[in-house]
Amino acid sequence: MRLTQGTFSFLPDLTDEQIEKQIQYCLNNGWSLGIENTDDPHPRNSLWEMWDLPMFDVIDPKAIMYEVSACRKAFPNRYIKIVANNSTRGRETVALSFIVHRPAQEPGFRLERQEAAGRTVRYTIHSYATDRPSGARYERG
Amino acid sequence: MESGPSIAAQMSGAVDVGAAVRQALIDETLRELDAELIGLQPVKLSIRQIAALLLVERLREQAGLSAEPPSLHMCFTGNPGTGKTTVALRMAKILHRLGYVRRGHLVVATRDDLVGQYVGHTAPKTKEVLQKAVGGVLFIDEAYYLYRAENERDYGQEAIEILLQFMENRRDDLVVILAGYRDKMDRFFHCNPGLHSRIAHHVDFPDYTLEELMDIAELMIRQQMYAFDDKSRQAFREYLALRVRQAHFANARSVRNAIDRMRLRQAVRIVQQGGSIPKEELARIDADDVRRSKVFQQGPESATPGNRAATLCGSEAKELV
Repeated sequence: MRLTQGTFSFLPDLTDEQIEKQIQYCLNNGWSLGIENTDDPHPRNSLWEMWDLPMFDVIDPKAIMYEVSACRKAFPNRYIKIVANNSTRGRETVALSFIVHRPAQEPGFRLERQEAAGRTVRYTIHSYATDRPSGARYERG
Repeated sequence: MESGPSIAAQMSGAVDVGAAVRQALIDETLRELDAELIGLQPVKLSIRQIAALLLVERLREQAGLSAEPPSLHMCFTGNPGTGKTTVALRMAKILHRLGYVRRGHLVVATRDDLVGQYVGHTAPKTKEVLQKAVGGVLFIDEAYYLYRAENERDYGQEAIEILLQFMENRRDDLVVILAGYRDKMDRFFHCNPGLHSRIAHHVDFPDYTLEELMDIAELMIRQQMYAFDDKSRQAFREYLALRVRQAHFANARSVRNAIDRMRLRQAVRIVQQGGSIPKEELARIDADDVRRSKVFQQGPESATPGNRAATLCGSEAKELV
């Protein structure tokens, strides 16, 4: 089940050329770019692991793409996303965030029901990937 | 090595060198260099030669004759204020127009930008500067400060190693230009043969002659909408003749500083005189504004030759008023 988190996630995977164009757009706006990765795909997992610090004042998107390739090589079985931070006063927030790499197989989610007091039911979703420990989640994929 | 006939076979078909030169806007860039920089004939010749070499390399590559991409890293040697950074900027433009760098921007770095103060600090610092320079030219001023032989706890060596790796593995991402005094750079390369073997082009920047310094002064004065009169021009010539022999002379930069101080004295004179003056007086530099400099009052003990040589704190040295 394909993860639809972040921008462009309903489109087919972006090619490297398209990713570079997006990076150029971020650089044109003066946003700093960070690369993050995770193997826990839950939509409420908003803090992924950082692949090095955010990159400021970079001119050429190829510098960022080099880091993306390095991250892909290090974590071929994780989700990798690029996060663009807008630091202008009054905003100071993430401006753009899109996934640039996925594991080959994405097992998806199931709905979990929890019965609480007074026969109310609480719902949550659970990722099949997290049934296995971190590091072994997407290996068969 | 290829045998004769196969090279001849490859060389059928003409190469339009004229069009390539025009397309790369080389003449235009070199003309800008000529206009912007006074003197520096050997440098301009070197740049012309390097541009020609790179253009021919590009043509050879297109004709299928080239084995591997040329090494582009360079070393500029010379005293401060001789135009190294300006020429590096022009070089970045030339490389960009020839298609050797993708963006053609220039990042200027010194030791402080590359070397950290504690363990683990250097690598991210250097990496950050290199990332910013990717696609352009990295200009490292006073490069010999990266290596401090006497201090074994110095982290400069780490920065050099990261730089070397980058220059070797990501050659099409970055061009590095090192700069500094000639004798210190020679010593630096002697201690770091790895770096020396990666530098393809060495350009030496000679000191300006007195006439060239006068021309630079005239250019700066005109640009700032001031003017010498005959007496003050003569006075400034005498000032320069004295100043070049004193310590910490930084060529064009010293001329600029001297002009700034003359403007200050002119302003003080004008305000003290008061009254009503014609508009042209606001632009005129009087001989007095020049002669009140301390340089004229310094005794013969400071007028020793060889004071132009580098001192350890060259860039932080105070200018003489």
